[in-house]
Amino acid sequence: MLEAQDLAARRGHSTLFSGVSFRLAQGRVLTLTGPNGSGKTTLLRILAGLTAPWSGHVRWQDQAVSPFAPRIRQDALLAGHVPGLKDELTAAENLEIQCALAGQPAPASNVRAALEAVALGAAHALPAGVLSQGQRRRVSLARLMLVQRPLWLLDEPATALDTAGLALLARLVGAHVVAGGIVVATTHQALDLPAERMTALALG
Amino acid sequence: MTTLAQPLATTADYGAWAAIRLAAQRDLKLALRSRAELGVQLLFYVIVVSLFPLASSPERTLLATMAPGILWVAALLAALLSLPRLFGSDYNDGSLEQLAMSPYPLPALVSGKMLAHWLTTGLPMVALAPLLALQYGLDAELVIIVTLSLLVGTPILSLIGGIGAALTLGVRGGGSLLALLVLPLFIPVLIFGAGAADAVRAGLSASANFSLLGAGLLVALVGAPLAGAAAVRIALD
Repeated sequence: MLEAQDLAARRGHSTLFSGVSFRLAQGRVLTLTGPNGSGKTTLLRILAGLTAPWSGHVRWQDQAVSPFAPRIRQDALLAGHVPGLKDELTAAENLEIQCALAGQPAPASNVRAALEAVALGAAHALPAGVLSQGQRRRVSLARLMLVQRPLWLLDEPATALDTAGLALLARLVGAHVVAGGIVVATTHQALDLPAERMTALALG
Repeated sequence: MTTLAQPLATTADYGAWAAIRLAAQRDLKLALRSRAELGVQLLFYVIVVSLFPLASSPERTLLATMAPGILWVAALLAALLSLPRLFGSDYNDGSLEQLAMSPYPLPALVSGKMLAHWLTTGLPMVALAPLLALQYGLDAELVIIVTLSLLVGTPILSLIGGIGAALTLGVRGGGSLLALLVLPLFIPVLIFGAGAADAVRAGLSASANFSLLGAGLLVALVGAPLAGAAAVRIALD
């Protein structure tokens, strides 16, 4: 259960958003929409415990989320709007390091299988620096498969993805919520998911 | 695809030593992939050290007197050259956010990065020092003292410098600000480090210098990862 109570965020002297409250039970997807600069990324970062809200608070599994609390770092997977890949390393090496840092080291065969599932099997040995934006985004999708976390916080996961990539994203999110996970995603593209699992929140 | 049945890990599973090893291995791997950048920094060190005999009088005694100080100043400058990269590239490509979201303790991850920084920049400079000291005609005993003082002192540069590197993340012109911020903090290290050889030359023991350098190293080992982690969190906020 992810709960936000009366969250507000400010940037400088202007209020980004205020009075944001929601409650997400297991198996639910929350999509955040709003114009650019309305604070979608900030809200995600507040949920992840990277940024302290101006007011209000977040509760995860009935515990208050304070900035950098160990609990939320163990349970949340934040996929930022930049994929966080090291250009010098191959896609597979990037994933191996990301999994190890998440405390869930993945054997090379699993990494390979995940890369094949996101149609990057042929590119697994290329340095991430030469991958296209869409391919880099697909590496993030592979990370969602490898690192098992109940709470997914996805910042613009659909950006740069082609139709097949979007379908893959929808499948992954769908499988995650069916298994009892919670997803919060900022997105402008509609995800093809059962309506009863979706909640929408418009900022700004 | 995603199974949530597995028990949730507790904090005890994410040990500090494992975190240090993970972060150090990661950064060493990255450093090996971008060897050219390391080479540039080492070459800079060699060139700075070699410029002094060319620019000043070739008098043997003068050069031998100046040698420890020059080796130390060159090490400071070369360390400064490589410090912006310590957190800067991770900050720019978003992987610093992933490090901060890792269940491993951030101070341990930060110290692993500082360790890798020292292994790839400090240690090669220590190894090169005896070779470079040759062109100054330094006695064998003094060469050993200077090299040892660099061995104890350069980790402090990576540790204290790492705090500065984290504090200047996301600041425009961070590189020059980093120099202003960190160089004054390097002064005691420089004084005790370069002073070790002077003490021996004057017929005294260098043990006081080494004790102070060692004490500085211990304080930095404990304090720098905590301060660096706090600075990383501020940068990401």
